[in-house]
Amino acid sequence: MAVSDTHAAIDASAAQLPGALAAADYLPILPVVICFLAGAVMLILRKRTAWHGWIAIPALCLLTLTDLLLLRRVAGEGPQTMMMGGWRAPFGIAFTADLAGTLFATVGAMVALACGLFALVSISAEERRYGFFPFLFLMMGGVSGAFLTGDIFNLYVWFEVLLIGSFGLLILGSRHQQLDGAIKYCFLNLVGTTLFLIATGYLYGWFGTLNMADIARKAADQPAGGGLYTIAALYLVAFGMKAAGFPLNAWLPASYHTPRFVVSALFAGLLTKVGVYALIRVLLMLLAPQQQDLAFILAWVAGLTMMVGALGALAQTDLRRLLNYVVISGIGTIFVGIAAPGALGAGGDGAVGLSGALFYALHSIVVMTGLYLAAGVATDRAGSSSLHDMGGLWRGHVGFAAMMLVLLFAVSGLPPFSGFWPKLMLVRASFAAGMPWLGAAVLASGFLVTIASARVFALAFWRSKPEHEAMVVEPARYEHLDGPKPRGADAMLPILGLVCLVLAAGLWPQWLAGLTRTAAAGILDPGAYLHSVFGAAP
Amino acid sequence: MRTVIFRFTAPYLTSLMVLFSIFVLLRGHNEPGGGFIGGLIAASAFAIYGIACGVAPVRRALYFHPMAIAATGLLVSVSAGCISILLGRRFLTGLWTFPDVLGGIGLSTPVMFDIGVYLVVVGAITSIALALEEGDD
Amino acid sequence: MEAALSLVVAILFSVAIYMLLSKHIIRMLLGTVLLGNGVNLLIFTAGRVPAITPPIIPDGADHLEAVTANPLPQALILTAIVISFSFFAFLLVLAYRAYQDLGTDDSDEMRVAEPEEQGLPPLGY
Repeated sequence: MAVSDTHAAIDASAAQLPGALAAADYLPILPVVICFLAGAVMLILRKRTAWHGWIAIPALCLLTLTDLLLLRRVAGEGPQTMMMGGWRAPFGIAFTADLAGTLFATVGAMVALACGLFALVSISAEERRYGFFPFLFLMMGGVSGAFLTGDIFNLYVWFEVLLIGSFGLLILGSRHQQLDGAIKYCFLNLVGTTLFLIATGYLYGWFGTLNMADIARKAADQPAGGGLYTIAALYLVAFGMKAAGFPLNAWLPASYHTPRFVVSALFAGLLTKVGVYALIRVLLMLLAPQQQDLAFILAWVAGLTMMVGALGALAQTDLRRLLNYVVISGIGTIFVGIAAPGALGAGGDGAVGLSGALFYALHSIVVMTGLYLAAGVATDRAGSSSLHDMGGLWRGHVGFAAMMLVLLFAVSGLPPFSGFWPKLMLVRASFAAGMPWLGAAVLASGFLVTIASARVFALAFWRSKPEHEAMVVEPARYEHLDGPKPRGADAMLPILGLVCLVLAAGLWPQWLAGLTRTAAAGILDPGAYLHSVFGAAP
Repeated sequence: MRTVIFRFTAPYLTSLMVLFSIFVLLRGHNEPGGGFIGGLIAASAFAIYGIACGVAPVRRALYFHPMAIAATGLLVSVSAGCISILLGRRFLTGLWTFPDVLGGIGLSTPVMFDIGVYLVVVGAITSIALALEEGDD
Repeated sequence: MEAALSLVVAILFSVAIYMLLSKHIIRMLLGTVLLGNGVNLLIFTAGRVPAITPPIIPDGADHLEAVTANPLPQALILTAIVISFSFFAFLLVLAYRAYQDLGTDDSDEMRVAEPEEQGLPPLGY
């Protein structure tokens, strides 16, 4: 306990950042704090399930509001940094909110709010007692931390936090299907994070630092060599596994359809995008020279992921499993922008590829969540999730059918909805990068997903209810249909909110495209990021 | 487990281990020890008690549900960071106060954070251990 | 010392990958644990393993007096050990539950979530 401050030779305060902070300076850390406080309080009040909604929804609103305020500040003043414990960079752990991370965090919070509202009507009291909302907040804390951290090992820790939260959500209820899916999900994700840890260990060995800004600064003048390629390739495998890129995507269609619809919606929207975000951060900001040599591999991964997703979606009978493959196809489309990010500067195209990838990722978060929630309502109304047995859903639910149509058009990339503009940017970027076949693959997979979506709408909504006897299936396949029914306006409101976001991004794309262009520039040229972490004199 | 010797010694062993775990927790600031390892020692103490005397007495002795204990720990840890927000310092800055009680002791947010970690580990590991022990019966 | 430990890391990795290739859940579980330990040992070795000297600058000096191990990798693996320990506990419970409920620990036979005879979707209406 004895602390000796007697020696004048060592001035410990030199290691600390001076000065007090204003209230707005705490914005980068607040999303994580809100999530953990709300989760902890609800876990203490585990048995008072009636209170959970009253705590969760205001907390999610607060989270969204905080992220929006942070977004406004970051868009206006550039990246914001909070050094934990006041230790100077690069020694302390940094939380650095730049535009890309903040955009992801904001959209993620909005989606979580929608899922929280939907969960109010679709999660039973028993599942709440087993901790649905605490797990939700644990996962959101991990997701927010991963988007806002500026330290690569801290990123690993947030990955694990969100993984623990997602495990809890995935097995909530412990039905047979869920246990089966959870086994595959857990093992694959655990191996993925282990690879992430190996790569981070090597990265520390190479650079002697874990602060992302410091790595970006030192990576600029590294000699080309084999070591960094190993690290970059390891990160590609680890995050490719997380993001469900081909050929490491088999775990996703094996597990995402097993939990409750609202949990699937959250996973499909957020979790794979965290992997994509980490890949963008590491390959494009930290190891940019290595990315250029991996670009060809990335392009093939992108093309194959898109085609596997689209063809898989065409072959599915079950609505939820069809959506699993649509998620994969979307991931492939984002990878196009990572393979062909474009260039900044006078001769460049303003990083149209990366900008398109960020735009598409944000669009995909909203649309995939909306689609799974809508699929939950549709499955409840039709009494089945098999396309053989669904039908006639537009009767009496015209508004719902219209919302589903908007979401299906958006996910297929048809104008005037939010999927069209980023695909346009990505096709342009792949032509500019000298890979026209990649642009063709974007269009081809978009075409196939359009067919799959049209089939969903034509069969489940447009045709009349089939009169044949329902196919004989073992009851285990429909065990997810028990529990509270997502009915009425309470279930429609969150879907409507997401549809409004899709429409807004589709009809007025320029504001979001402007933000993603600035965000992409901030990743490819991290000068402002470095300035935010190290101050005026780096 | 039906062993008279084990059943007889388990309560003493448990109380000794819990005491020791608190010692390790408080020692952890400047010497080897800390919240995580202390929490593990306490959790194994409760696991031993559960093996010897059954799960129900452990739950009665803990009074609070293990998950509630873990949640309280999380709350304490996050609050330790929030104190620095209230004082206008950077998040998780170590803050010290030396009240003149018990011959002068040092209270700080790092210790508070460590107590939170201790409670999280005790709660989470005990609840897993008790769940596994319940499955055996 | 480092060379010998590197060899141990290599052995741990190969055993872990061999175990992970098995289709039995319990072997995969042991494989992930070995893989986690292999990675921890790898990072520990990368931080150098010289004679035991704590990396603490003595009073009055401004640099270390002897060659010491880098403490940061050790802090990293401390975190990683905690995480892999909790994941192991979770996976153990999960595997046990799955074995009880599904009646098998053969991952090839776990087809509840992905039934084999699925059939084609309706090709028209």
